[in-house]
Amino acid sequence: MKNPNPDTAPSHPLTDEEFQKVKTLLGREPNQTELAIFSVMWSEHCSYKSSRVHLKRFPTEGEAVLHGPGENAGVVDIGEGWVAVFKIESHNHPSFIEPYQGAATGVGGILRDIFTMGARPIALLNSLRFGPLENPKNRYLLEHVVAGIAGYGNCIGVPTVGGEICFNEIYSKNPLVNVFCLGIAKREDIVTAAAGGVGNPVIYVGSRTGRDGIHGATMASAELTQSAEKRHTVQVGDPFTEKLLLEACLELMKKEWVIGIQDMGAAGLTSSASEMADRGEVGLDIDVSQVPRREEGMTPEEVMISESQERMLLVVEKGKEKEVAAIFEKWDLEMAVIGHVTEERFLTVREEGRVVARIPVPALTAEAPVHDRPMVQPRFQEFIQSLNMDAIQEPKSYSEALFTLLGSPALASKEWVYQQYDHMVRTNTLIGPGAGAAVIRLKESNRALAMTVDGNSGYCLLNPYTGGAIAVAEAARNLVCVGAKPIALSDCLNFGNPERPETMWHFAAVIEGMSDACKKFKVPVVSGNVSFYNEAREMGIYPTPVVGMVGLIEDVGTVLTAGFKAQDEKIVLIGETLDELGGSEYLKVIHSQERGYPPILHFDKEKGLHDLILKATGEGLLRSAQDCSEGGLAVALAEACLLSSTFVGAIIKLEPISIRMDAFLFSESQSRAIVTVKEDDLSRLRKLAEEMSLSASIIGVTGGSALDIRMEGRSGSIIHLPLEKMREAHSAGLKKYFQA
Amino acid sequence: MRIGIIVFPGSNCDHDCRFVTQNLLGEPTFSIWHKETKLPPLDVVIIPGGFSYGDYLRPGAIARFSPVMDAVIDFAKKGGYVLGICNGFQILVEVGLLPGALLRNRSMKFICKTVSVRVENNQTAFTSQYQLGQVLSIPIAHAEGNYFIDSSSLKDLNKKNQILFRYVTEAGETSESANPNGSLEHVAGLCNEAGNILGMMPHPERASDLLLGGDDGIGVFHSLQATRTGLNEKS
Repeated sequence: MKNPNPDTAPSHPLTDEEFQKVKTLLGREPNQTELAIFSVMWSEHCSYKSSRVHLKRFPTEGEAVLHGPGENAGVVDIGEGWVAVFKIESHNHPSFIEPYQGAATGVGGILRDIFTMGARPIALLNSLRFGPLENPKNRYLLEHVVAGIAGYGNCIGVPTVGGEICFNEIYSKNPLVNVFCLGIAKREDIVTAAAGGVGNPVIYVGSRTGRDGIHGATMASAELTQSAEKRHTVQVGDPFTEKLLLEACLELMKKEWVIGIQDMGAAGLTSSASEMADRGEVGLDIDVSQVPRREEGMTPEEVMISESQERMLLVVEKGKEKEVAAIFEKWDLEMAVIGHVTEERFLTVREEGRVVARIPVPALTAEAPVHDRPMVQPRFQEFIQSLNMDAIQEPKSYSEALFTLLGSPALASKEWVYQQYDHMVRTNTLIGPGAGAAVIRLKESNRALAMTVDGNSGYCLLNPYTGGAIAVAEAARNLVCVGAKPIALSDCLNFGNPERPETMWHFAAVIEGMSDACKKFKVPVVSGNVSFYNEAREMGIYPTPVVGMVGLIEDVGTVLTAGFKAQDEKIVLIGETLDELGGSEYLKVIHSQERGYPPILHFDKEKGLHDLILKATGEGLLRSAQDCSEGGLAVALAEACLLSSTFVGAIIKLEPISIRMDAFLFSESQSRAIVTVKEDDLSRLRKLAEEMSLSASIIGVTGGSALDIRMEGRSGSIIHLPLEKMREAHSAGLKKYFQA
Repeated sequence: MRIGIIVFPGSNCDHDCRFVTQNLLGEPTFSIWHKETKLPPLDVVIIPGGFSYGDYLRPGAIARFSPVMDAVIDFAKKGGYVLGICNGFQILVEVGLLPGALLRNRSMKFICKTVSVRVENNQTAFTSQYQLGQVLSIPIAHAEGNYFIDSSSLKDLNKKNQILFRYVTEAGETSESANPNGSLEHVAGLCNEAGNILGMMPHPERASDLLLGGDDGIGVFHSLQATRTGLNEKS
């Protein structure tokens, strides 16, 4: 095949070496269409060429795992014939270029990954990173990203039940938008994305194809430069069409004659066609002139790499075309037979019968380049890990410090954000946004699922191994604190330019930490996404892994919440508080320092804490549970007061301590939780803790209308903050930036 | 009591309503696709919440032209009970079965939270099981719930006791800060003059199951049950 425009040398983002490899694989020069197909399939975004060698470390198997990484989403058994299908994915660059549509199509994309497996999406969560809100551009980004998530999720009727938002200057030029979605299905209704059956029709369904999102995957595989010129690479979402597509697909996938189905996400028709062919070890022969279009004069190349939203590719048994048409007609959606499955493992693209591209399928998938990129520890690493505690002064007023922390955007209430999300639709939300983990009941059984998204990029910068491990540990702890047993996770790895050896050093260490934690807690990785090139102006973002973890609650009656329940219940701190302030919110907010060594994580102690809380929950001992994380013990206690529906305070009486007071109050020591129990259950809880070699100290009782912390041998209160005052600070901390 | 739930493309709360009427109350419930032109024999029609036709143009503006709407109008004119919730309320207003309009929220944003509403009239088929002045905790979830109507029609609504729910504080007082969307006179729900058509922005189906934190909304469905069995008395 000849290049249709021989006068113009084809432009492409492939390296010289990659271009040579293309020629070798084809045994000839590629034409422009083929080059475009290779470019998107071999982009970092689609090929995982820099990450693949490292991702192999993750444990991906377990008793409950039915489908691990490689499918559109992970599938785990949740008992009684039901499975949970979930994945987290990034939409970072589009959200910076056009925040509303970037975030909206991020939601749309992850939803399709779930229902393309035959599962009905029942919950969305998101993890967001922005620069400081003092900067109006960052406020604009946050406001429109949130509106985009709300606009899409609310319209399609899937509740957004939880998430996290963190702030750091490093994200000003490259905010992060990671979206997690979970769906459920009967085990036998799961459909995979493999093509099969020579001669079977390849069918296109959903929206028409336009020029939007062309080269989106390539854009996501390079550093951001001038953003205005990239706007055409951002897709435009239509949640209404997606809702119709969702209902039509779920109706369709109940039919046993559906062979495989995949959504057209990044790299559009190109990736869905080649990946489906690859999984089924077959070829596809498609004709782009059959693809429904909404723009005239599109070239085959444009049709193949358009990232227009709300489209799916499916393969069904020959002869069932009319039945497919009837379903899609009911939902007023387009449907077109665009090709067929071939035995020969080629992706053949035609235009009105004439072949315009012909590429061996493995050349686009298994034989895509793999790089084991060089790694080097950043020069600043040792410097930022050092912290001279003697130079850090204890605050004049601990009440003041806690008050400031509660009102800091990272720890403040995110109510202003999540009130814009419909978090209640489908009437399953037992715990919604604003808690450590969300809980969704399953109407079909007595079970519930808990889910959370977590990641502390500050820890990962200071020590990527520990930071990676803590991301997994904290997610698991959040699940355990609502009474759920962690079963599996999906990860979204947001990093800078992989061609920078420092980035790869961070990347490898984070994965090592996460993998070790996953193995220890027996929580396999079943799906995920890597987003590199998150940098702007030659500065990478902090290494930012985000863990989306799912837990199972077998009896919906045992769900725990964090808020104090009633007066005069014993408050017990499980775990030990160490003299470690490195990487803490306290150090960042009160002392403007982001350095030191992040808190130590002992896998055995962490696992012990999980086992203890689940055992105590099973015995019905616990009235509430709240993990201690960002902001430490003091913030955890304040939050337990603020989350109390009965507005109960706490009276804390500490025994003398051997560490700094600010460390005791604000250290982010791992493997700790605050639980409340009735007086009668105290001895049983302490016995369980003793059996598991965990420290369980009674630190006070619930009651009053303030958080009051005192210590033996010290007169007066160390902290005394009325609930009303704490509530004001906590509720205004984020909202105040958006009031006219 | 036979209940029909109209399903438009983009309806989201049809399953939630069905769970309440069928699973919690045990009433026979039928989903009715918007392309139908006839209704089966029914006592109550529910137009559920969601984003019919993606809220394109204006919420409810396209759904009013769906084939099923003629049958719904006919059903209502014959005295059948019609309950429009959220987007259902917007559709009832667009099709002219209820007066007024629902504008963008004062904040210009979608709002999802539990609010307090006060029962303003308990002498109707939808509210008989509530006490007059009772304060209910019921979630709202909408971007266009800011009720508006001209002043003489508003007087009329008040005179004829058609306003059934108002947004109030937890203590039951009307106040600007307790009005989530800027509705005129804090209107959260109203009925037609004959009292057989109710439109309300709060979602009673989201407050009908104690497991979700409260069941203040189930009174609307209980009232309809009581109406149907002729037990239109306060429980």
